[in-house]
Amino acid sequence: MALIEVQNITKIFGSAPDRELAKVKDGMGKDQLLAETGHTLGLHDVSLSIEKGEIFVIMGLSGSGKSTLIRHFNRLIEPTDGHILVDGMDVMGLSMKELEDFRRHRMSMVFQRFGLMPHRTVVQNVAYGLEVQGIAKADREKTAREWIETVGLAGFEDQYPSQLSGGMQQRVGLARALATDADILLMDEAFSALDPLIRSQMQDQLVELQEKLHKTIVFITHDLDEALRIGDKIAILKDGVLSQVGTPPEILLEPADDYVRAFVRDVNRARVLTVDTVMQPPALRITHDNMEKALADMRRHDEDFGYVIENKEFRGIVTQEALAEEVAKPGDSPSLYAFADDSNAVELESTLEEALPTTLEADYPVPVVCEDGRLMGVLSPEEMGSVLTPPEEHSEEADDGTEEKAKDEQVEAPAKPHALKEAS
Amino acid sequence: MAFDVFPNFGKPIRTSTNDLVDFLVVNYGDGFEAFSNSILFLLVRLERLLRGADPVIILVCIGLITFAASRRWGLSAVMVAAMWFIGTLGLWEKAMQTVAILLVAVFISVIIGVPLGVISARSNRFRALLNPVLDLMQTIPSFVYLIPAAMLFGLGKVPAILATVIYAAPPLIRLTDLGIRYVDAEVVEASRAFGATRWQILKGVQIPLALPSIMQGINQTMMMALAMVVIASMIGARGVGETVLLGLQRNDAGQGLLGGLAIVVLAVVFDRITQSAGQRMQAHRKVTG
Repeated sequence: MALIEVQNITKIFGSAPDRELAKVKDGMGKDQLLAETGHTLGLHDVSLSIEKGEIFVIMGLSGSGKSTLIRHFNRLIEPTDGHILVDGMDVMGLSMKELEDFRRHRMSMVFQRFGLMPHRTVVQNVAYGLEVQGIAKADREKTAREWIETVGLAGFEDQYPSQLSGGMQQRVGLARALATDADILLMDEAFSALDPLIRSQMQDQLVELQEKLHKTIVFITHDLDEALRIGDKIAILKDGVLSQVGTPPEILLEPADDYVRAFVRDVNRARVLTVDTVMQPPALRITHDNMEKALADMRRHDEDFGYVIENKEFRGIVTQEALAEEVAKPGDSPSLYAFADDSNAVELESTLEEALPTTLEADYPVPVVCEDGRLMGVLSPEEMGSVLTPPEEHSEEADDGTEEKAKDEQVEAPAKPHALKEAS
Repeated sequence: MAFDVFPNFGKPIRTSTNDLVDFLVVNYGDGFEAFSNSILFLLVRLERLLRGADPVIILVCIGLITFAASRRWGLSAVMVAAMWFIGTLGLWEKAMQTVAILLVAVFISVIIGVPLGVISARSNRFRALLNPVLDLMQTIPSFVYLIPAAMLFGLGKVPAILATVIYAAPPLIRLTDLGIRYVDAEVVEASRAFGATRWQILKGVQIPLALPSIMQGINQTMMMALAMVVIASMIGARGVGETVLLGLQRNDAGQGLLGGLAIVVLAVVFDRITQSAGQRMQAHRKVTG
């Protein structure tokens, strides 16, 4: 079971939400509910599974209910219906005292407008969560100072929030949330109020911290670029209803509906997608050191290029032309492993943007290798071009058709073993 | 007999009120006296302290308190000079009596007013009930409650203090309520999100952030309490109000002016001290960003 299970959360705002719940369950929509009863449907039957250690981004425009949803996690807002389980424990069933304890030790939160206490210094703000827990002043300030240093604010301990810039204030907010050592971090549009440059610095810092801390982070944003940049998983919320949940490539390549598609259209895909989502299986693997045999293989399969592999490790690429020339030369042929050209490989984790120059310059599909040197697939300019083309908005059917096709080619193809032609 | 447009409600209200006051005096007289004595105990100590001390020490204290509140030596000097001026009018002792009554009245107002303001900020229903009561307290002529107060507590300082509290506490209650309601909701939410109890939120966030507004309320309470000084002297409270009253009774405009000047100077001194204390509290309490 996932660390956090959000089960069928429904939230209705108004004077008698419980009375109207039945109507919503019978399928009454947001607009109709508002017109007939004056109640606002904030969230409708939202269910999510958030795994331990992942950055889970909930994305939506204003009014989509994302900030309402995140406040259900620590019950700053009570749901009209539904449950949230953390480690199998129902948060909705906690007493006030248990809830306070839960908030102190399991979940901490970072706010859009920082939520810092203006009458307290930086160190007093960061120590606040510990102060609430009743930890002695010397101990809590020592911990607070360590976190202030971690977020890069050393030297500002005794300043007041009003003396700091927005980015620095949010670092204080982040340090305050981290100082309680809660394993779940709720971030409500934490970087939305910051300048673009500061925002991307903070995103980098968060990702960097996460590599060390392995928290479970629920991150709210209205910015898809931010979601794609930091999210392991993204849930898209529209009018209180989930549109789609998936990994960044899934959201980009297989938008579930027009709403998501409209979002995805303006994204710089080259910067978000990594080569592993686009690569295809290599046409011909050569797993031996014999040049004549390799040439024969290539002729038999009618392939101009072969990818040379020694004990699972990629050694390089050979063209039929170069191989024929070499074999025709008098004297002993050199080793095929040494002869193969390995200058043009790209790494598995590279983004398409990084891989683009190599791919365009090479005359053959560029090999993709992973860290331990294995050949994972190849990258051709044609495939890259088709993935980087955003989906059309208006011709929906044709659009769906190409998307489906693209999906088959780019995402599923590497998983099909029968597509591989092994030559040995 | 013809139908009367105005049935006589006045008589029953009057007689029942009188009966109630009589009933209270007869049956609970001891209780009221005990309450009265506890206030008197506090007041007498304070008055003796203020009148017994060398005026020079008091003047130095005024200077130091002003400096503590404002961190400005210039203002401190002006405040000391103002108090010295009261002494030159020959009203030093009377002024000290007035200051004692004023401080006790403000002290009681704070003890009653701040908790009421806090509850009022928490509950809209309580606020809806409290508001008309506060309106009544501020508008009903003070003589109306001075009569039963004098009967219950006897003539003198205690009913004067109670009348002052009734008249002067409402602004403090209102400004405490307002101050707490205007604390940034996100800061309170952050505090809740970290597992603070309601008491921790109140003590650590709401009261400190509402403090400039509460200080403003205390300032208003002081000003209104000074406005009650003359009326209070009518039921036997000593002090500069007495001087004004005597001037009135003896048709002595000069004496009335002296008393009036002393009251104004006291008002200015208390106002500047509390205002500057409130301003210094503002320093880091504004949310930015």
